[in-house]
Amino acid sequence: MTTDNVSQDVTAGTAGVESDVVAVATESTLSRRARRARKGLQNPFASLGAIVIAFLWTVPTVGLLVTSFRPEADIDKSGWWTVFVRPSFTLDNYRTAMFDGQVSLVTYFTNSIVITLPAVVIPISIALLAAYAFAWIPFKGRDVLFVAIFALQVVPIQVTLIPLLTQYNQWGISNSFWPVWLSHTMFALPLAIFLLHNFMKEIPASLVEAARVDGAGHVKIFFRVLLPLLVPAIASFAIFQFLWVWNDLLVSLTFAGGRAAVAPLTVRLAEMVGTRGSDWYLLSAGAFVAMIVPMIVFLALQRYFVRGLLAGSVKG
Amino acid sequence: MSPFQDPQYYFSWLFGEIREFFLHAPTPGHKLVLMLVVIVLFVAVMGLILWLVDRPRRARTWLVAGAFAGPALLLVAFGLVYPAIETARGSFFNRNGSEFVGLDNYARALTEGDFQIVLRNTVVWVFLVPVLSTLIGLVYAVLVDRTRFEKLAKTLVFLPMAISMVGASIIWKFVYEHRGAGNAQIGLLNQVLVWLKLEPQQFLLSPPLNTFFLIAVMVWIQTGFAMTVLSASIKAIPDDIVEAARLDGLSGFGMFRYITVPSIRPALVVVVTTIAMATLKVFDIVRTMTAGNFQTSVVANEFYTQSFRMNDKGMGAALAVILFILVVPLIVYNVRQMRKVEEIR
Repeated sequence: MTTDNVSQDVTAGTAGVESDVVAVATESTLSRRARRARKGLQNPFASLGAIVIAFLWTVPTVGLLVTSFRPEADIDKSGWWTVFVRPSFTLDNYRTAMFDGQVSLVTYFTNSIVITLPAVVIPISIALLAAYAFAWIPFKGRDVLFVAIFALQVVPIQVTLIPLLTQYNQWGISNSFWPVWLSHTMFALPLAIFLLHNFMKEIPASLVEAARVDGAGHVKIFFRVLLPLLVPAIASFAIFQFLWVWNDLLVSLTFAGGRAAVAPLTVRLAEMVGTRGSDWYLLSAGAFVAMIVPMIVFLALQRYFVRGLLAGSVKG
Repeated sequence: MSPFQDPQYYFSWLFGEIREFFLHAPTPGHKLVLMLVVIVLFVAVMGLILWLVDRPRRARTWLVAGAFAGPALLLVAFGLVYPAIETARGSFFNRNGSEFVGLDNYARALTEGDFQIVLRNTVVWVFLVPVLSTLIGLVYAVLVDRTRFEKLAKTLVFLPMAISMVGASIIWKFVYEHRGAGNAQIGLLNQVLVWLKLEPQQFLLSPPLNTFFLIAVMVWIQTGFAMTVLSASIKAIPDDIVEAARLDGLSGFGMFRYITVPSIRPALVVVVTTIAMATLKVFDIVRTMTAGNFQTSVVANEFYTQSFRMNDKGMGAALAVILFILVVPLIVYNVRQMRKVEEIR
């Protein structure tokens, strides 16, 4: 889209509303008109539309949240909206979901943490180093390799699952956390390298040159000059990767299966939907146990998350 | 004999213990310790490599480059390139990989009745989800732009992005929950039907409409993404253009139609294609809500079913390759548009 096109559209648009303009211009001063225009679509219908959308997007979550605090017997007898008339709340559902022998989400909660942290730290570190090499170390074949890694973003992870599973089985590590850690690391790299490379390229070459003149080697430049400047970029990608790994189902389902030793919350929940699909007291509490961590991370660090989203979001 | 008297025995015992520590973590405490050890070990190894490379006064460039980029290249080669080639090969073989069958898997995937439903569903998903999410996201972004509650309003719609698709599926499964007529409904949507004096429905069981109820979940998730990206580009529209349009008397819908939408067209394309790619790979929602039953399966879910439930590796591989082929044009187009967006900035 060029500015030429925009101005053409403006011209086309103004032609259409010219008669209105004349009518408005006669009765209002320029400033009043500007004020009204700045308010944009803020008329009653616009507000109503916004409220309806916000309502639709919030109510389903609220419904399940309210349900998770209702006594088991009530959940099956009446809709959650009746609590506004006859309130009755309990923490039993959470107690059962977390600690009851058959469900015991604590184990899976630990697994989620144990899977997620290394699967965030390791790929970002490796990607940072690679991004530095592609941005600031001139070596033969650099551009070709970088384009190749960039292009690998097109590979859907479905394509990789079965051959990887076969390999892990051959190595005898298929019952541990390693397949999940390794897979998440490998799948994250193309996008991570690409994004971090872009951020690194934005740092002025003069800074790097100055350090080099002072006798700093690549390792020193990387840690002393670039890394401190990259903290916001790293934070954005870290949140992205954190949410992605914590919320992932496919990778853990394939490589961890339903085993309590390694399976994360998402896998366990998906399983519970199948086996205990009508036990809403468990499902509702379980769902919020799984959702609370990403929600906190997201709400606390929304700014960085949005920045990461805007920088590029070709992953999935 | 004590293990400490025979060094060879001692080392094999030690190795076994270490292996055990890294591969089997039965208790939560053990798991957390293992996690920390792995992170520390990783940092130590990377640090050692860098330190070794950096020690010579004039380190060779290729050695330094190798230390920096090598691990990533190795991992990507093993984790993406090799499996992709292996899967492409496997798609020409039968269910256990023992016999070459040529294009049979692809022929079946494109012609057999059940798979045709899968393909039809995928097309419906890939068309509806991006269009609806982008449309709602755009309208919402414009509606709340520069209002007093903008931040809160955006967070509400954006929040579904933060939760897992499994969580979202559970939330919506509860909305769709069905109780026979005459009983108290516990699902909100059926209660609305009852309030309207209509029959409660089994939303997830009756094709073809059930696919649309699954699609609604994905739209619910993706709208936040569309809204955020579009809102940012709306705010990036140069003031002088908006000002000029205002002076020409544009406001309200005219401003939306003739200034906002044309100015953010490249961002719109990026959003639509990005959501389309995410939708193509959608698996969690279908698997959690219907497990692909009742004619709701899509390619990404069918891949899982064929590979791991039916144990038809050849068919699974073929479906994965089909997914890959469908994604490529989208991503190429997406990247081109993203370049354009960047040029404008």
